[in-house]
Amino acid sequence: MLWLLFILPLTSAAVIHFLLKQERAGLASKLGTLSSLVCLILGISWILGLFSIPASWSWISVGEFNANIGLIEDSLSKGMMIIVCGIGFLVHVFSLAYMEDDDAKARYFGNLSLFMFSMTGIVLAENFIMMFIFWELVGLSSYLLIGHWYKKDTAADAAKKAFLSNRIGDFGFLIGILMTSILAGSVVFTDMDGASFIGQGTLGTCLASLAVLLVFCGAIGKSAQLPLHVWLPDAMEGPTPVSALIHAATMVAAGVYMMARFFQSIGETFLTNLPALEIIAWIGAITSLVAALMATQQNDIKKILAYSTLSQLGYMVMAVGLLDPNAGMFHLYTHAWFKALLFLGSGAIIFACHHEQNIWKMGGLLKRMPITSITFIIGTLALTAVPLSSGFVSKEGILKAAAGKPLFWIALTVAALTTFYMFRLIFVAILGKAKDDHSKNAKEVEIKMFGPLVILAVLAFVSQYFTGLIPETIGNPIHSFPKVDEFFFYSLGAFAVGFVLAFLFYYNRAKDPISIPLFRNKFYIDELYAGIVKWFQDILAALVHFLDEFIINGLLVGGATRLAQGTGNIFRKYGQSGNLQHYALISGVGILLAIYFTVFA
Amino acid sequence: MPTILFYLFAILMIAGGICVVVMKNPVSSAMGMIGSFIGLAALLIGLNAYFVGTLQVLVYAGAIMVLFIFIIMLLDLKKEEGKEYGGSSVAASIIIPIIFILIMIPVLSAVNKDFTKLDGHALNAAAEKLDKNIPADSHIRKALTGSSDGSKNVDPNKATLPDVNLIGQKLFTEYNFPLQIVGVLLLVATIGCVTLSKKLHGDATDPDEDQRMAKTLAKSTDIPKVTITANAESSDKKA
Amino acid sequence: MATASLTEYLFFSGLLFAIGLAGVILRRNIIVIFMCLEMMLAAASLTLVAFSRQRIVDGLPDYDGQMLVFFIITVAAAEVAVGLAIIVALYRARKTISTDDLTSLKN
Repeated sequence: MLWLLFILPLTSAAVIHFLLKQERAGLASKLGTLSSLVCLILGISWILGLFSIPASWSWISVGEFNANIGLIEDSLSKGMMIIVCGIGFLVHVFSLAYMEDDDAKARYFGNLSLFMFSMTGIVLAENFIMMFIFWELVGLSSYLLIGHWYKKDTAADAAKKAFLSNRIGDFGFLIGILMTSILAGSVVFTDMDGASFIGQGTLGTCLASLAVLLVFCGAIGKSAQLPLHVWLPDAMEGPTPVSALIHAATMVAAGVYMMARFFQSIGETFLTNLPALEIIAWIGAITSLVAALMATQQNDIKKILAYSTLSQLGYMVMAVGLLDPNAGMFHLYTHAWFKALLFLGSGAIIFACHHEQNIWKMGGLLKRMPITSITFIIGTLALTAVPLSSGFVSKEGILKAAAGKPLFWIALTVAALTTFYMFRLIFVAILGKAKDDHSKNAKEVEIKMFGPLVILAVLAFVSQYFTGLIPETIGNPIHSFPKVDEFFFYSLGAFAVGFVLAFLFYYNRAKDPISIPLFRNKFYIDELYAGIVKWFQDILAALVHFLDEFIINGLLVGGATRLAQGTGNIFRKYGQSGNLQHYALISGVGILLAIYFTVFA
Repeated sequence: MPTILFYLFAILMIAGGICVVVMKNPVSSAMGMIGSFIGLAALLIGLNAYFVGTLQVLVYAGAIMVLFIFIIMLLDLKKEEGKEYGGSSVAASIIIPIIFILIMIPVLSAVNKDFTKLDGHALNAAAEKLDKNIPADSHIRKALTGSSDGSKNVDPNKATLPDVNLIGQKLFTEYNFPLQIVGVLLLVATIGCVTLSKKLHGDATDPDEDQRMAKTLAKSTDIPKVTITANAESSDKKA
Repeated sequence: MATASLTEYLFFSGLLFAIGLAGVILRRNIIVIFMCLEMMLAAASLTLVAFSRQRIVDGLPDYDGQMLVFFIITVAAAEVAVGLAIIVALYRARKTISTDDLTSLKN
């Protein structure tokens, strides 16, 4: 029965792509939404224990190596599954309205179904091989959806960029999987042997660290961590519901999920002193800080949210690196709801403002779009970790994990920065005066759009109370009600600082009073990469050109040609005289040789 | 065949062959060839192959050589004037046959067999082994036994080899099908000759070829004319 | 009365063949080349008949060899007819029958 979770979206994708196409786009969108609804119902009933997971079946069996297609059932996969199904369904509903007049609605819903299929696969995969396959499929559907408006150059480029960045990470991931399967003795999550993975002595630690880092490469790519984070902001070129589903809630979180599952399979106790973890934690922390700094100077509403996502992902990765993957997972879980809410809210705003994305041209939306604005503010509150919101609880977990380390102060700074840039967005875009004709004429969106927003707004506050979806960490229990301790005050202090600063700088402003080009231009990382790539490419191209022009073309291909031509010319000059006698002479000599060899040799 | 006669005809044959190669005038070559074929036919007859020998004279020396001479006359070929043979081709034409002979000599020295004699007794013995389907009063039996009724051992010295009859018997029984096919081959050759001769006057579809044909025709409308012109030219030169 | 042996027949037929080959290589006149070819063919016939005489089957020469010669002569006749027709056509088109001038196959 649970296989339906796979079959339904895949069937839907296939039917939409091959049978319905654009001619019956209305039917296609309904089919996609229906399949996601059934998936949601199935997923919930699975979590409630109505179904048990089906037996796995053998797929590859080579010597001692076995890879099965099978599902895994634990609190990790349950929590992730409810996110995928729940947000997936809401995004489908939202898309019904958002993509109403799109020229390629059917393709959009087909790709969305494909994404649902692939994401379900990642979440429920029982081994690394299967997970890797779906990992790539997710990359594919992400590519397709980012490039949905492929006629726009920026969208096509962003899709390519996302795919290539992911490929770089996946390359390391694949090597990491292979190393893990050798070190841990299995690719099946439940069969991994932590003791043999760590091995003996320094060499064992080095190998294990290397394997962990290589697997983490996959997470770097998919969860957009620092060296490869560049694709995520660009991915905002895709339709906004896609940003909400893929680039905020589910796919980008897959890296964190994968790391959590990996650590859980190896056993956290074995990993305690692994140097690789330090690196992971620092990568997460730096990503989170850098992204938050970048977000403070962005003017595009979706870009702000994208950098915010980056920053929060850095948070989660940091928690994973601090060997508290459950705190990371819990933040992932709560973050998914409110970040989806924020993205869908921004989608609604963009939709109402006729695809205007610059926050400095918006304003005064609270009066014109009350439901959207209020849900958006609720999402902001959750993200900025106001007490009682789900974000507060999960963020506190991460702060606790970082307690006593330099990372703690980074995390705190990021929390303050998050509040700052989110309230900058609120003050400029939602409150204040309308600065543009589009925002003046904005109207509240229809129920298909604000319905999901309201549901998500509720979930942004209550999602923390669902238990059993996220594994609890021993010694660091997740509590749903704020306990008044030092972390409470740290957290509150960070919120207060960020809020006050945002109020001072941005309340009722028509122009940005601060201008920091370094942040606005994303630390010039894109330019740096472009320079490196160009430099590297030039050298490589010169080398390849040399190889092609002189070695291959001149020596091999040209040489073969010239050899054949030269031989032919020799024969033509001396062999093909056109004179009968000449030919007779040659054949006479041939006959003599034939006789000689048959009789005497 | 007595050895002296054998050498006589063999030398005639070889001399004729050398004539063909050496003579500059094609008509002389043809004459040399006729001599060569006559010598060859004599050698064949010496091998008791009377029918094939006769055929050689009739078909080769008679029909084919007449055809050759006819064509030589028709094309009015004269001596290959002023054409010196290159030293290399002369050398090649001497060296390659000599190597051929040199290769042949050791092979032949390994053979060195004499022919079985076909005298009256041998022929009489052969008559007993003949195919039973050949009736007793057939010419083959009569000739082999040397008697008028096909009975054996009457007079061995009268026995002769019925060469033509034996070939005929073989040709129309065992080789009947190839014989029919050869008939078809001759028909095809006839048609081919006719087509080749007609081709110049045929209708050319390609305009360029048409033009070329017209030019050729303008130069030589038909063969007698060419001959006449050539004759006229040569007579002019002589004059 | 001594008769010539098989070896002698074969030798002379080989000699005739070699002379024919020499002619084919040496001569430039295509009709003479053609004659030399016929000579080589005749030399081969002589070999066949010599072997036919040498191999006695049931007291009589093996007539299969002579059959082959018969067919060779027939085919040679056809060949000469067609070949000479070709030479005539060639002469009409090119005004020459010297192989020195018939080198359009060159290059």
